[in-house]
Amino acid sequence: MINLTIDGVKISVEEGTTILEAARLLGKDIPTLCHDERLKPHGACRICVVEVEGAKSLLASCSTPVQEGMVVHTESKSVIEARKTVLELLISNHPLDCLTCEKAGDCKLQDYCYRYDIKEDKYGGEKIKYELDDSNEFYICDQNKCILCGKCVRVCNELQCTGAIGFAKRGFYTHIAVPFDRKLYESDCVSCGNCVAVCPVGALTVKKRDKYRAWEVKKVRTTCSYCGVGCQMYLLVKDDKVVGVEPCFSEPNKGLMCVKGRFAYNFINHRDRLKKPLIKKNGEFVEVEWDEALDYVASRLKKIKDEYGSDSIAGFASARCTNEDNYMFQKFMRAVIGTNNVDHCARLCHATTVTGLATTFGSGAMTNSIGELEKADCIFIIGSNTTETHPVTATYIKRAKLNGAKIIVADPREIELTKGADVFMQLKPGTNVALLNAMMNVIIEEGLEDKKFIEERCENFEELVEIVKQYTPEKVEEITGVKAELIKEAARLYAMSEKSSIVYSMGITQHSSGVEHVYSVANLAMLCGKIGKEGCGVNPLRGQNNVQGACDMGCLPDVFPGYQKVFVKENLEKFEGAWGVKLSDKVGLTVPEVFKAAHDGKVKALYIMGENPMVSDPDIKHVEEALNSLEFLVVQDIFLTDTAKLADVVLPAASFAEKDGTFTNSERRVQRVRRAINSVGEAREDWRIIKELMIRLGYECSLNSSKDVMEEISKLTPQYRGIDYERIEEKGLQWPVLDKNHSGTPILHVEKFARGKGLFKPAHYKAAAETPDSEYPLILTTGRVLYHYHTMTMTGKNEGLMNIVGEPFVEINPMNASKLGIKDGEMVEVTSRRGSVKVRAKVTERIEEDVVFMPFHFKEANTLTNTALDEVTKEPELKVCTVRINRL
Amino acid sequence: MAFYRSQVLVCGGTGCTSSDSMKILEKFKEEVKKHNIENEIEIVRTGCFGLCELGPVVIVYPEGAFYSRVQIADVEEIVAEHLVKGRPVTRLLYTETIDEGRIKSLNETGFYKKQERIALRNCGVIDPENIDEYIAFDGYKALAKVLTTMTPEQVIEEVKKSGLRGRGGGGFPTGLKWELTAKSKADQKYVVCNADEGDPGAFMDRSILEGDPHSVLEAMTIAGYAIGANQGYIYVRAEYPIAVQRLKVAIKQAREYGLLGKNIFGTDFSFDIEIRLGAGAFVCGEETALMNSIEGRRGMPNPKPPFPAQSGLWEKPTLINNVETYANIPQIIVRGGEWFASKGTEKSKGTKVFALGGKITNTGLVEVPMGITLREVIYEIGGGIPNGKKFKAVQTGGPSGGCLTAEHLDTPIEYDTLTALGSMMGSGGMIVMDEDTCMVDVARFYLDFTRDESCGKCTPCRIGTKRMLEILDRIVEGKGTLEDLDKLEELGKQIKAASLCGLGQTAPNPVLSTLKHFRDEYIAHVVDKKCPAGVCQALLQYTIIEEKCKGCSLCARQCPVNAISGQVKSPFKIDQDKCIKCGACLDKCPFKAIVKK
Repeated sequence: MINLTIDGVKISVEEGTTILEAARLLGKDIPTLCHDERLKPHGACRICVVEVEGAKSLLASCSTPVQEGMVVHTESKSVIEARKTVLELLISNHPLDCLTCEKAGDCKLQDYCYRYDIKEDKYGGEKIKYELDDSNEFYICDQNKCILCGKCVRVCNELQCTGAIGFAKRGFYTHIAVPFDRKLYESDCVSCGNCVAVCPVGALTVKKRDKYRAWEVKKVRTTCSYCGVGCQMYLLVKDDKVVGVEPCFSEPNKGLMCVKGRFAYNFINHRDRLKKPLIKKNGEFVEVEWDEALDYVASRLKKIKDEYGSDSIAGFASARCTNEDNYMFQKFMRAVIGTNNVDHCARLCHATTVTGLATTFGSGAMTNSIGELEKADCIFIIGSNTTETHPVTATYIKRAKLNGAKIIVADPREIELTKGADVFMQLKPGTNVALLNAMMNVIIEEGLEDKKFIEERCENFEELVEIVKQYTPEKVEEITGVKAELIKEAARLYAMSEKSSIVYSMGITQHSSGVEHVYSVANLAMLCGKIGKEGCGVNPLRGQNNVQGACDMGCLPDVFPGYQKVFVKENLEKFEGAWGVKLSDKVGLTVPEVFKAAHDGKVKALYIMGENPMVSDPDIKHVEEALNSLEFLVVQDIFLTDTAKLADVVLPAASFAEKDGTFTNSERRVQRVRRAINSVGEAREDWRIIKELMIRLGYECSLNSSKDVMEEISKLTPQYRGIDYERIEEKGLQWPVLDKNHSGTPILHVEKFARGKGLFKPAHYKAAAETPDSEYPLILTTGRVLYHYHTMTMTGKNEGLMNIVGEPFVEINPMNASKLGIKDGEMVEVTSRRGSVKVRAKVTERIEEDVVFMPFHFKEANTLTNTALDEVTKEPELKVCTVRINRL
Repeated sequence: MAFYRSQVLVCGGTGCTSSDSMKILEKFKEEVKKHNIENEIEIVRTGCFGLCELGPVVIVYPEGAFYSRVQIADVEEIVAEHLVKGRPVTRLLYTETIDEGRIKSLNETGFYKKQERIALRNCGVIDPENIDEYIAFDGYKALAKVLTTMTPEQVIEEVKKSGLRGRGGGGFPTGLKWELTAKSKADQKYVVCNADEGDPGAFMDRSILEGDPHSVLEAMTIAGYAIGANQGYIYVRAEYPIAVQRLKVAIKQAREYGLLGKNIFGTDFSFDIEIRLGAGAFVCGEETALMNSIEGRRGMPNPKPPFPAQSGLWEKPTLINNVETYANIPQIIVRGGEWFASKGTEKSKGTKVFALGGKITNTGLVEVPMGITLREVIYEIGGGIPNGKKFKAVQTGGPSGGCLTAEHLDTPIEYDTLTALGSMMGSGGMIVMDEDTCMVDVARFYLDFTRDESCGKCTPCRIGTKRMLEILDRIVEGKGTLEDLDKLEELGKQIKAASLCGLGQTAPNPVLSTLKHFRDEYIAHVVDKKCPAGVCQALLQYTIIEEKCKGCSLCARQCPVNAISGQVKSPFKIDQDKCIKCGACLDKCPFKAIVKK
């Protein structure tokens, strides 16, 4: 500990603490402009200078570490004079248009000038003059207001790691610029807005859709509703309308956000929001009152249940709704309807993970925390285009790289993370098992496995050895198209680095042998002992904001909340006791099975809460036929989606901004969602709608708030036992939270695996259900783009995002394009066994020969995809099907 | 090995090279061949002799005949007369070296007499591109001694004992810096040579690299051994092509001789050096900016701490010294720290190289013991002010330094005395000014330089230097006020106190020191709207003295803007509104009838 005196007060702080940090501990408000605690000290603005007795000159408190016996004055005469000079100089090169400045009231320069009585520009010298750059869709850059604190540049380079902006010129004419002083839209900028968030003045400001002043808005802390990162943020509310978003400096995002979370909030108050319940009468939707709609739904469901039995009804819960909504939904299906036919879109993304990791490790979730990625020595990214799907998680990976971590990427496409990667293995879609087996082959061959870990903590190693023996890198080169040398290098890097982490996503899971892909990932991690340790682990990135939570809540046909199997007697008794009714012990139907059963007339009614299978599910024609075969379809959503259009009843739901509750992010962190505005129109919170139906169907429900729901959840869900709203007020907890005193579990399987011993589940490589032939010679793979979220019900409402990516496209390699005579930007026809669509061609070397890519946000992609299922989990093979492309 | 009866040393420094000394060298070879004496006469290209004013310079040994301002056309005569017939060409000899018809030793001339060359010892003596010549002059002897007989601690002790302080300007004790870096624990350390000589008036580092590159390589290798590093970088500006080329040759030769690379002198110690080129930003002479530049980042300084000794290049402990500092090291090792410490003064040991420039007779590079007075340097070595003008001031320390006046002429030159007077040692630039120099203009000139070279990172330097320059611009245009002087002073103090790096912390020095020593001149500009030295154009007036004007009309014909009119044979007049103050008329008037005031 270091002892020093600040403004006459003695204080002891840890070595390495800066004077600024020490002063802040004492509540001293030292002004800063260029300081950001997440960044290395920059020492540029010089406004934080303090006087240290005995020092030659004033010292920047942000960058000077404390020393024993230091005597510091934070507001002495010379300090104030220096600060005044800094401010006078800054405003001498600043347009003094505070009256009309967008940033007025929220501007540090304004605040400090007021604090130090700076009233005018006393120099009257030259001011820099730059053209306003409003070329970005979401923010404006006004260099004339820039004070060159450099925070934007540093955040872009050191935290976001996009490196779109830097400094240009020097001296007085230094300014922030994209390379060659072009416009922002011509740069690498990904519109994350993280620069805007840190600008202390009006140089970077959001293009506001609604005018508001800083003092007019209420800030409501909540969790982002896009993707599984679970960014913490504030909704800015004026006149009961969400007018903006600002990041929150807390785990897991620490103030970073992406373009969607930061700028695509306008769906909340969008004019197309559903505001009243709709009942289809004579083929037309008619607005009705809630009572009529609820009575109607209840009576139809009751009739169908009475007539065809409970299992003739199925329900899809929602990965976008809160835990409370989802808990109530599955409870409704199980306790009130009496069926386990409840599933949700996790079936399409990580069903194979949930089963695959539960089988091998005993728990089907991300083993480590997002933040640990930054501490890894080696990160193996396989089947995850992280920068586009989980932009903030990707920043941790990129920062790890800056810290010297080795990066290995396996992907059919040259995704952004391949830039500067140590090894890039561009494999053919669907060949992951072969690739992973080959890596394990090399590791065992070279004796790089963690023998102690295998011996003490795993089982069935012999079978693994037996199987991977057959997958030499040379043989696998033929299957995957990846050079044997690269496989060896990747294997060595992964095995020999101390902290190696695997990150994966749909590229692993969405295959007809998806669960085996997941097994193989788990095998590799266990083989090298990279489980249960910081910076290691197997980290499936969950796609939607609450897909983890929806699974946790038991919105799966085989488990109650907390993955408690429905067919296990004790579980059944526990829930029958809690819910006071007899429950079914029969495993219900998965999403694809529901469609098939609907097709076959076995499922008569379907209740869909916040899902849009008419865009998200494979073979849309088949989905449409299935939905049309139903006797009764209820869709509960915030917009009239393609799926809702087919419904008999549409119930308007409240968006995440209009309700209290929790989301569980990809790293199992349960975080609060808070009501910021009143419901739009007559929309209602999902769980309240469900509660109304419960009551109408004769089931008593005394839960009156989302908090009450969470209390019931924590009683019945072992992983959530220690969670309540008070505990997660500031910072979410990562499950399992064993009791009210337990601080959560950032790393799973530390001492032992959840299932006891880690189980090696070796698998042989199996080709995808469809392989190229003369009729369909190309492999189509699908995925996300940064600028959209799933079926675009939310992002499609945002003009800026639509201006960037407004239509579907197909990425095709120049070789294929040349053979087919296709030019970049031309419309082409893509045909699979299931349908044919017209999209624009994007000719790019990013994708390898004979493989094409389409974003799945637009209906076109899933018109083509295959419904072939993973046998164990029924997850469809969305990542691989075969197509042919014709010029138009 | 061949023996020669005579050696012709042709200066290959940048100054002489730009006056075609390399063509002169070729001509010598040609002429010697013509006379069939190429086996008797050796023609050597060397580094700089120091007396750049007299370049191109050629010295012929064994006589030590110092030929100055040699032209290609002179070579034939020198060869035929001096080398063939043994009759030195007196008309080309430096006058000071001739004493009653005989050639005096160079060391007896005013320019060389008081000099003591340690850092420059081999400059102008050896062929910089021949490692054998360096070795013949005790080269790599220090390295051998260090690697075979000394521990790293002993090396550091020797450097500490020498009292050597950083020659780049900071004056930090070199031995202490080595010790701090040696004590930092890390898996990797670096040795860096700062050869980014940014002060436009200084060229000693360039001269050393051009004239004696191996001394720097040897010193860096010694430093690597002392601190525990095996990789060095020389950051040299790309505008020094000759220095870069000679460094490349030297590194190649040292590697071939096993003096760089693995297991030097058969020991466990390995060390190698790479060159990194700078793009000529002044701020890259600041060590943290320099290291950012080596790392491929924008050359902007970082806050200190951490100091390079703790966290430098790629966040590893790094020893960074400048060229001149390193150049002293081999001699310190060979002859002992005490030998070095016996020179100079109590707090400033050894010698220092100065680049003499401006209004001085002997422009050039000199190396003198610390503690010598400005008077000795300017008058005895520098030969005083040319054209009978009066000495007015001397700017030491380059753009970051300050002006000293006649009253400081007897001040001993030391780090601390110069700083106390508001100037600094800096890298050793010394610009002499005579009575025709306007001190406001000088201050403005230097500030324009630092303002232009500010990296733009910190507020005081970025905007402050700009505002100071704007005020000075106003003053030289006759639009300044007394209040402006206070503003300058106040702003200058604040910039010094609050700037991030040495550039900003010293940028106001020329203004503050001239304000201090020549305030009257500022007041003349702002109150009387006059420039006493007659430099500031806007404050000048050209007038024709009627009594002296013969009405020849020469001035009117010379005037580019037709501002002069009159009848032939009667006095002419200058229209002040039209006059652009170019001075063409004044130069032309045969009767000295035109004056500027």
